[in-house]
Amino acid sequence: MSLQLTATVDERGVEVDLEIGEGETLAILGPNGAGKSTVLAVAAGLLRPDRGRVVLEGRELTGPGTWVPPHDRRVALLAQEPLLFPHLGVLDNVAFGPRSNGASRRTSHEAARRWLGEVDAADLADRRPRQLSGGQGQRVAVARALAAEPRLLLLDEPLSALDVAVLPALRQTLKRVLAGRTTVLVTHDVLDALLLADRVVVMEDGRVAEAGPTAEVLERPRSAFAARIAGLNMVAGTWRDGAVEGIRGIASEPAPAEGDPVVAVFRPSAVSVFTSSPGGSPRNALAVTVTDLEPRGDQVRVRAGHLAADLTVQAAAELDLVPGARVVFAVKASEVAVYRR
Amino acid sequence: MIPRWLYAPAAVGAAFLLLPLAAIVARVEWSEFFTLITSEASKDALWLSLRTSAMATLLCLLFGTPMAVVLARTSFPGQGVLRSLVLLPLVLPPVVGGVALLYTFGRRGLLGHELEVLGIQVAFSTTAVVLAQTFVAMPFLVVSLEGSLRTAGQRYEVVAASLGAAPTTVFRRITLPLVLPGLVSGSVLAFARALGEFGATITFAGSLQGVTRTLPLEIYQLRETDVDAAVALSLVLVVVAVLVIGFAGRQGRSLG
Amino acid sequence: MKKLVLLALVLPLVAACGSDDDGSSTTLTVYAAASLTASFEEIAAEFEAEHDGVEVRLSFGGSSDLVTQIQGGAPADVFASADTANMDKLVDDDLTGADPQGFATNTLEIVVPPGNPAGITSFQDLAKPGLNLVVCAPAVPCGAASQQVAENAGVTLSPVSEEQSVTDVLAKVTSGEADAGLVYVTDVQAAGDDVEGVEFPESDSVVNTYPIAPVEDSGEADLAEEFVQFVLGDTGQGVLADFGFGSTSP
Repeated sequence: MSLQLTATVDERGVEVDLEIGEGETLAILGPNGAGKSTVLAVAAGLLRPDRGRVVLEGRELTGPGTWVPPHDRRVALLAQEPLLFPHLGVLDNVAFGPRSNGASRRTSHEAARRWLGEVDAADLADRRPRQLSGGQGQRVAVARALAAEPRLLLLDEPLSALDVAVLPALRQTLKRVLAGRTTVLVTHDVLDALLLADRVVVMEDGRVAEAGPTAEVLERPRSAFAARIAGLNMVAGTWRDGAVEGIRGIASEPAPAEGDPVVAVFRPSAVSVFTSSPGGSPRNALAVTVTDLEPRGDQVRVRAGHLAADLTVQAAAELDLVPGARVVFAVKASEVAVYRR
Repeated sequence: MIPRWLYAPAAVGAAFLLLPLAAIVARVEWSEFFTLITSEASKDALWLSLRTSAMATLLCLLFGTPMAVVLARTSFPGQGVLRSLVLLPLVLPPVVGGVALLYTFGRRGLLGHELEVLGIQVAFSTTAVVLAQTFVAMPFLVVSLEGSLRTAGQRYEVVAASLGAAPTTVFRRITLPLVLPGLVSGSVLAFARALGEFGATITFAGSLQGVTRTLPLEIYQLRETDVDAAVALSLVLVVVAVLVIGFAGRQGRSLG
Repeated sequence: MKKLVLLALVLPLVAACGSDDDGSSTTLTVYAAASLTASFEEIAAEFEAEHDGVEVRLSFGGSSDLVTQIQGGAPADVFASADTANMDKLVDDDLTGADPQGFATNTLEIVVPPGNPAGITSFQDLAKPGLNLVVCAPAVPCGAASQQVAENAGVTLSPVSEEQSVTDVLAKVTSGEADAGLVYVTDVQAAGDDVEGVEFPESDSVVNTYPIAPVEDSGEADLAEEFVQFVLGDTGQGVLADFGFGSTSP
C-alpha cells in the first residue's frame, strides 16, 4: 500500500482507516461535516490526530513520536480555490515548488513551462493570477501542485467552485494528469468520483460508511449518502459509432475515440416512460423491466435495474406501471452527458 | 443611506480637528518663515528628528515584524495578556514611557550597570532618543502588521508549505510579500509616531541641540522665547506629517 | 422644547465654569511662578487667616506661560514672576495695575545626587571632562543665569542636556542620570533629601529678582494691592526666607 492512514480526531469526532495503492485515486464522498477535510488535514500534516499513523511509501509521516512537518512530506494540496500567490506571475507560481526544493531559477522555470503544457495552460505563463478566469486559475494550480513532484496529491473539491461550462474540459485534464498518481480526492460530485477515482470511500459522521470500487458503490449504494448521490442514471460501456451501448449523448471534449471506455450520465427526470417504443423519435430508447416503484411526494420514481425515471403520479397511473412490466425508457440525446472514463 | 442629522456633529468634529491646523497656518509669519525654519537650531532639530525616526522605524521593523508574526500565527498561554501589554505604549502617557525607560536603561536602571560595564551610556545620547521613539512607535507597527497578517490568513502559507517550502522560505517568499501593504503603512505610522515623540524623549534623553533636541523639543523650547519660530516649525512638522500620512495612504492603496 | 432641553444641558456647565462667588466670600486669584509653589501656598494661608471671607486661589506655572495666559485675558488679580523679563512683558502691554516690586531674590547652586558621587566641590569642577552636567536651556531664566555665572567665572560649561525647566534639571539629578546640575538655592532646598547642594562663591555675581504686581482690570484691585503688600511685609518675607529666598532689601 502506498498510503496508510489511520486517525482519530476526538474534537471533530473523526475515526478513519484508509489505504491507497500505488498510483491509485481514492475519492472520499460524503455530506458536509462528515470529516472529509479532516482526513486531508491529517494527511497533509496540518492536523495532528489524537491517535493514528500516516505512512506514505513506507515512510512514517505521522505516528506516535513521529511528526514530519508539512513541507517535508511531499504531499501537495489542491483546494477548491486556486489560491495562486497573488504577488507572483503564473510561471513563478508553478515554479514555486521546484524552486523551494532547491532547483535553480532556470531549471524551475523550465519545469514550470513543462507542467503548464501538461495542463494545456502554456499560454498563461506570462499572466498575473488576477488576469485568470476560475477555470484557468485551477488549471495553473494543478500544474503548480504537480510541479512540486508530490508523492501524494490531495484534492479538496477541486472543481466545486468552477463554472459549469469549464467543468468537462478540466475533468478530462485532471483525469489525464492523475493517471498513475497516488491521489485522495474529496468531492461532492458523483461524476468526479466516477471519472477520476478508482475506488470510493463514503464518509458519514466521521466514519467510513462504505468503501469499494467506484462503480460498485454507486450501483449498489448501501449508505444513505451514496444512494442519494447515486440518483443519477449511469451507463458505462465503450464508445462505438457515437454511442454507449446504443445511447447517444453530448460527448465532452476531447471527444472519445472509437473503443474508448466511456460513461453516459442522465437525470431520472429527463427520462420519459412509454409502454412501446416511440418510433421515429430522435430519443434514445431503452427496453427495460420495471423492478420497483417509489413514491416521492407528487412524483414516482420508476426503477428498472440500475436505471430510474421520475414521473408524475398521474402519468404513472395512466401507464399502469407495476413491477415486472416491460416498458421503454426514452431520453433525449441532448440530456445525456458522455464522459471518457 | 445615512440619517441627515449625522452631518451636523460630523461637521463639528471635523472642524474641531481641522481648525487648530488652520490656526497654525494663519498664525505663521510668512515674511520670516524661511529664515525661521532654516536657522541652525531648526535645521539641526529637523535633521536629528528625521535621522532618529528612521532609525527607530528600522528597529521597529526588525523586532516588531517578528513580534506581529508570533502574535498573529501562534497561540500560547498568556498570549492575550502579552498582546495587551505590548500595545500598552499606545495608550500610556509618553512621559510614563520615559520614566520606565529611565529605570531600564538609565545609570541606575535594570540594565544600567551592565551597560556601564560595556562602556555604553544611553542617557543624554542620541541612542536614548531612538530608544524612546522605538518604544512608543513599535506598537503601531505591530498592530498594523498583525491586522494584515490576520486578514491575509494562512491559506497561502499552507499551500506553499505543501509545495515543499520550508518555514523560512514561506515567510520570505509568501508571508512578507502578502502583508507588504500592512508593513509599509505600519512603518509609516511608526515613523510618524517617532517623529512626533516628545514626552519620553524629554524625560529620558534630555535636550541638547544636535544630539537629543528633536523637532518637537525644539518647538517646545522656542515656544517660550520665540513664538514665531515655534509656530513656523510646528507648520513644518504638520507638513511632514501630512506628507507621511499621504504617502502611507497611497502606498496602502496601490499595494492593496 | 428642544431649545429648553439644550439650555438645561448647557446651563450647569456655564455655571460650573463661572465664579462660585456666593457673596459671602471674596476670591483673589494669584498667578505665581512655579518655583514659588510651596512658599506662596503658605503665604496665601496666612493671608486668608488675616482676611475673613477671602479665598486666595493660586495658579502656578512657568512665568512665560502665565504671562501668555494673562495677555490672553485670564482672570488674574496678582502676578508674581520668577524674573523681571517676563514681568516687563506685562508692563509693556500696560497690564499691571501698579509698578512691579521686587519681593525676593534667588541665586544659583550646584545640585548633585545624594553622596555627590562625582565629587563636585567648586564651580570649576563642572567643567571636568566626562561629567554629566545638566543645566537649564539659555532661553529660560535659570539657563540665562547659568550662562552668565559661567561667563563671570571664566568657566566653559559643556552640558549633556539643556533642560526646559528647573524641575527637569532636578529630575535628571535625582534619578542619578546627571552627575550635577545648576538650579536655584530654593530648588535645592525644596528637593530635600533627594539631592545635595554645593554652594559656590561665584553665584553671587548673578542675583535673580522676583517681581510682583497687581494685574490691571482686576475686580479686586484693593485686595490685590493688599496681597502684594502682605508678600512684601514681615509675614511674607519671613515665609520666603524659610524657603531659602534672599531678601531684596540690602
